[in-house]
Amino acid sequence: MIYFDKVCKWYNGGDSVALEDITFQVAPHEFVSIVGHSGAGKSTILKMLIAEDRPSEGSVFYESTDIHKIPRGQLPKFRRKIGTVFQDFKLLPHKTAFENIAFAMEANGRSDEEIMENVPQALALVDLEDKAFNFPHELSGGEKQRVAIARAIVNQPDIIIADEPTGNLDPIATYEVVQILKKINDLGTTVIMTTHNKGIIDELGRRVITMDSGRVVRDDESGKYVL
Amino acid sequence: MWVAFKRIVKAGAVGFWRNTFVSLASIFVMTVALFVVGSIIMIDQLLGASLQQIESKVDINVYFAVNASEADMQALKTSLEGLPEVSEVNYTSREDALVAFRERHQGDELTIQALEELGDNPLGASLAVRARSTDQYENIARFLEEQRSGESPQSPVIDRINFVKNKDAIDKLASIIDVVERASVVAMIILIGAAIAITFNTIRLAIYTTREEIAVMRLVGASNTFIRGPFMLQGIMYGAIAGIAALIIMYPILFWIGPGTQTFFEFNIFGYFISNFAYVFLVIVGSGIVVGLISSALAVSRYLRV
Repeated sequence: MIYFDKVCKWYNGGDSVALEDITFQVAPHEFVSIVGHSGAGKSTILKMLIAEDRPSEGSVFYESTDIHKIPRGQLPKFRRKIGTVFQDFKLLPHKTAFENIAFAMEANGRSDEEIMENVPQALALVDLEDKAFNFPHELSGGEKQRVAIARAIVNQPDIIIADEPTGNLDPIATYEVVQILKKINDLGTTVIMTTHNKGIIDELGRRVITMDSGRVVRDDESGKYVL
Repeated sequence: MWVAFKRIVKAGAVGFWRNTFVSLASIFVMTVALFVVGSIIMIDQLLGASLQQIESKVDINVYFAVNASEADMQALKTSLEGLPEVSEVNYTSREDALVAFRERHQGDELTIQALEELGDNPLGASLAVRARSTDQYENIARFLEEQRSGESPQSPVIDRINFVKNKDAIDKLASIIDVVERASVVAMIILIGAAIAITFNTIRLAIYTTREEIAVMRLVGASNTFIRGPFMLQGIMYGAIAGIAALIIMYPILFWIGPGTQTFFEFNIFGYFISNFAYVFLVIVGSGIVVGLISSALAVSRYLRV
């Protein structure tokens, strides 16, 4: 369902190379982890997927659509198919947990009835029903990340993209977040996650793509964290 | 469509309340800017009133010879009234002139005594001629000069025409007012431009603090209209509130200086403010709304690219 075709990305007219000849595909319902040192190009790959960054060469396909040929006006519609989770949560600070999740549905043009029904469900999935009306600054890191995950899944996207979702979390919160992502994957959503955390990868036992200096150096079906 | 509109309105109002400090700062700056705009409107009115007042004091006085016949005087009055440039002709008879003279010099023993001694009324009748606009006096004066030169030197009707004497003073005043008005236009443009620039920058700064939120909204798949809407609504609210605040500030100030302008310009600025309140309200609150709306739309657009 996702296909990277010989994607290259460089900055400053070729002086600094971020991605070099990246080719791989992701099938529906897969849970793929992308690992590598800082600057290996993990986040750049995710940015390409949500059309936040463009490849200098090559193309990225979502099903049969070339993501970077989608007209600007159609991008919001495309992005609604993908739920995103970030290391720094990126919650809207002036909205409560409930409103943060509802915002994604409002932006999607969902009805008030759907919002009243689906937001509590999403909050239940991440086990945060009692924090629905707290603002982000009143939540712990792990709770914020769970709100972010609830927001990412509430529109029932085809894919969840998680960029270092556990990077700012303590071990217990990390464990919880990974369990939630696993649960989402078991419910049928494709998950693509970048991480530094060896423990997570070894425990997951799913597909691992290892990157180094902008290249894919390993791609194991049920990999371990090897660098 | 309706649902989206409702959500935009709600998000705008909620955002306004939750960003209290930023909202208050923007409103404060806009209030000052709109107050400047309002003051300029008032100053412009004062200048206009004083110009009008000076213009209304301009007239041509035709003094008749003491022994001019009533018929000749009335004939001149009628022919003056026939001119398209003339708006009004007032006739003052010899007797009226004498009464006015006595009144003016009441308590001035020496002059009254001299008048008594003369026995006869030494004053001639006169006509006060008013033109429709100041630049037409020249024509009227020319017409009167022609009349005078056509008279027989033995029994002149017109004794003198005072336009030439007043002319220099009038021209000087008119040119001073012209300069002041032009300067006020320049000042107005600069001040209004500065007010818009300051407002724009304040709102841009306010939105700059939310640029990450805008990025998040985009990533969640919100359309540009959906993101921009609440900010534009907030811009409108800033403008409307600031406009009303500026009017509230202007009220006591104008109330206070109103009597002063009455004595000095013979134009009560507070009276103008009250009787033209709808217009002033529309201009100040309206320009607040427009500037707030445009500023926020432009400021958000910066962060909606990519």
